[in-house]
Formats: sequence, C-alpha cells, structure tokens
Amino acid sequence: MTENTYSTSEMMTVAAARRLRDGATCFVGIGLPSTAANLARLTHAPRVSLIYESGTIGAKPSVLPLSIGDGELAASADTVVSTPEIFRYYLQGGRIEVGFLGAAQIDRFANINTTVIGPYARPKIRLPGAGGAPEIAALAGEVLIIMEQNARSFVNQLDFATSAGFLDGGDARERAGLPGNGPAAVITDLCILEPDPTTRELTVVSIHPGVERAAIEAATGWPVRFDSRLSTTDPPGPHELRTLRELLRRTAAAHGRDAEGKSSVV
Amino acid sequence: MSHIVSLRQAIAENVRDGDMLALEGFTHLIPFAAGHEVIRQRRRNLSLVRMTPDLIYDQMIGMGCATRLTFSWGGNPGAGSLYRFRDAIENDWPHSLQIDERSHADIASAYVAGAANLPFSVMRGYAGSDLPKYNDKIRFITCPFTQERLVATPAIRPDVTVIHAQQADRHGNVLLWGILGVQKEAALAAKRVVVTVEEIVEELHAAPNACVLPRWVISAVALVPGGAFPSYALGYYERDNRFYKAWNGIARERDAFRQWMERHVLNTADFAEFRRTLDRNLRQDQNA
Repeated sequence: MTENTYSTSEMMTVAAARRLRDGATCFVGIGLPSTAANLARLTHAPRVSLIYESGTIGAKPSVLPLSIGDGELAASADTVVSTPEIFRYYLQGGRIEVGFLGAAQIDRFANINTTVIGPYARPKIRLPGAGGAPEIAALAGEVLIIMEQNARSFVNQLDFATSAGFLDGGDARERAGLPGNGPAAVITDLCILEPDPTTRELTVVSIHPGVERAAIEAATGWPVRFDSRLSTTDPPGPHELRTLRELLRRTAAAHGRDAEGKSSVV
Repeated sequence: MSHIVSLRQAIAENVRDGDMLALEGFTHLIPFAAGHEVIRQRRRNLSLVRMTPDLIYDQMIGMGCATRLTFSWGGNPGAGSLYRFRDAIENDWPHSLQIDERSHADIASAYVAGAANLPFSVMRGYAGSDLPKYNDKIRFITCPFTQERLVATPAIRPDVTVIHAQQADRHGNVLLWGILGVQKEAALAAKRVVVTVEEIVEELHAAPNACVLPRWVISAVALVPGGAFPSYALGYYERDNRFYKAWNGIARERDAFRQWMERHVLNTADFAEFRRTLDRNLRQDQNA
C-alpha cells in the first residue's frame, strides 16, 4: 500500500491515536488500544506515560507487545510495580487520566462486553473476561474505546455488561457514583462516535473518508444518530502512516506474522 | 522451614486432591514445570486460582485436574483462545468447571486481604458491571465512616501457592524481579508455598527493597532451570511466542490435545525430558 492509500484498520488506529493527548497518564489494554497508544507516543505524544496492567509504568516498547507482560515492557518502563499496587494506588488512587480499551460488543451508551456471547451459564462463545476493564472504565478520568464496527459488535442489547459506559444514559453514570467521566470517544474502522452531552447516546461526529452513512447504519444494531456538525476525519498523514507501518513491521519481525495488533478476544 | 527438594517431591508433599491451588505469574515467571508435575501426579478436584489462566491452566483443565476456577482473564494474548478452558465452560469437557469470575483489581485485592489475614477485601469496583449479578461472592458494603458504597469480596487463601522465581540461596530464601504480578501476595496468603527457581546461588545479592521471600514462609524450593518456559524469566530467557502461537493448533481438538499431553507430559519423567521431547518433535515436524 502506498502512502496515498491506507486500510480502514490504519484509519481507525491513526484516528484513535490522535485522541490521546501528549503528557497524559494512560492505562492501556492489549491489542488495538496498545497499537494506537504506542502510535500516539511515537508521533504527537512523546511524553505520554503508558501503563499496562502488568504494572509497567512509562513503558516505551520498540515493538508492540504480544502479551500484557512482555519483557520489553518491563525493560523499557520507568518503573515496574506489583499488580495490587497498579490497581489500588494508581488506578483506584485516581492517578490515571485516560483508559484505552477494546471490546467484543458495545451498546448505544458505550457499555462494553468482554465476557460471553450468549447466556453466561452456557455461553455460545466464552470470551476472556473482565481483566482490568471494569475498574479502568469506572475509575479512569476518561475512556477511549477502539474497536471494529459491525452488526455483531455494535449491538442493541449486550449479552453481558462487563464494564460500564453511561449505563442507561442521561445522568445514570453520575447517579451510580462512578468516579471517572466515562467514554469520551469510540473510534472504529468507519467513524468516530462521541456521547451526546445530555442523553449520552453514542453519536457519529466524524466519518472516515470514503465511508457512506448507510454503511455505518448497517453496521450498528440500533438506529444510530449523526451529529448536526458532522465532519470528515482527516485521512492518515504520511508521518502517521509511515510510523504505524514501521511499528507493525518491527513487531511482525519480532513476533512472526499475525502481529498487527488485532484483538484476540474471539 | 523451607527445604530444597526435587519438584516431584515438592508437589507430592504439598499439593493434595481437593486443594485450592494458585499458580501465579503475570505473563512473566509462570510456573509451567510445577503445573506439569501436578498433571503427572494426576491430582484431581482442584480449585484452581489464577488471575490470568494461561496455557498451563488450559493444560490442567483439559487433563481433568480442576473442578473449580477462580480467574479474571482467560485468554492466550495476541495468539488466540484457550480452547480447553472454553470447552470446559461451554461443553463441560472433560467435566463441568464451576467458575468464580472476578476482575483483576478484585483478585489482586483479595490476595492482599488473604496475606494480611483479613476475611475480605474492600475496593471500589464493578459499578455498572453484570459480574455481581452472576457471582454472589461479589457483594456491596457501606463504609461505616463515609457511608460510601464499596465492594467486598472474600479474601483468597489458597491451600497452596506455587510460583517460579529467578534465584534461591542455599538456605531457601527466594529472590524474584521484573514483572512481579501478585506472586508475593499469593504466596503470603497461602498455607503452603512451593517455589521453583532458575538457579541456586551462594548469595542472593538482593538490593534492600528487592522482592525476597524469606525461607521460613516457603514450604519447598525446587531447582528447575527453564521452569517458566514457554513464558519467560527476566535475565534468563525470553518468552517463546512461537509456542504460544502453536498452542491453538495443539489444544483446539480434544483428541489431539490428549495425545500431545500424553506424549509430552504424562510420558516424560520431568520438565527437562519434556523440553527434550518437545525439541525433538519440533525438529521432526520441521524435517517432515
């Protein structure tokens, strides 16, 4: 692929990376969030502090980690703390500004499922489970969610609510006493959605170049709303694309193929 | 008092049928060799605990060692699924597996409570999550001082915790470094502690704040170089990502999994022979 063309996956990663501001403390999930957060670190956000739930603080990996506890995360980190410490002192202590998550399913109020497809007692597909997500979603100052958008992932009704977004919408999240502000944006391979300020329903605010509204509607399990000031996402710039491709090339060389940062949830 | 014994003896003397058994190690220092020995000694009805059931729990569950699992994230990160873990939950194979499912923050906190000899842990968590609806161990309490609603879950107190570490000295004091996960807390929460180590050294040369478990909290230490393979031991060897990726193919089908386990684990005497058998079979596969 040349620098004038790019994949929908590259558009998603670049658009998600742009949302991470320089200097932020960011608790990163493995897979797509880790790809986007590291792209941010290697482009506009060199002073971001990436924190993985393995306890690595300020990790600066040269290739994307395959697991949440790869050796290079520890070796490149400012420090490594224990799991109780990262969750109790840093996350619960209110020191994490951004949580960066992926999911298998999301609903209109940005509640997410990483637990099961089908009934909990007899799941059709058993997904890995909660990991750190319920507390990251509840406690981080804000949350960014990156995931592919299709009729199976953007659902009218979650099979299981693993981690909270805006619950039933409106001020439900505040009433439930969740300390963090909740999802600030959901970045997909088609568009960017943000919660409506009042209803907190996810609303399309920016469409990636070349994507039709109808494609977004078809990929969403509820009648999705479009913001009145709808914009078109800036396509990936040459520097963003080059940096992402070099990162993925280094990663593939280090881990073998299939290391493009895709989530392993299913 | 800890003593340095063979891994076979350490497991025989400390892990019993029906025990609550925790093998911890957060991606790093996963005690694979000890897990294999539990399978070889055909322990049954275990209540397994582990934040991140990894390939070793896939093996123990698939070989029928466990009837219960406490966990917070069960996957093969970056490489695929845990097919034996899923088959047990989705299809009761080889038999049903009761699950006690929590979040990472909860299990970490529950080990801290266990190590501190408290009956429960208290934390902020699960707000808006369905997990408390399905797990009655996750309950809510009111703070007696601020009236805030907080989560309480029972402390985790394993009968046995097994961890892998880089070094022990000749007295059985243990030193580990790098990503430490919940190993210290899981060890101190347990009634009995088994540690496998990469190396036994004259002196640990540990910095004053290093993670050292004194010998008198440990039941047995066993020397097993490479005992965390295919995970890694910082300073000794790297994670074998190829094995993690190969695991999907080994574990996806029941019969192929059983055959692989018999050939590589049940029919080998120890971890060193497992490694030799694996290397030999990999070479044969490459030449085939």
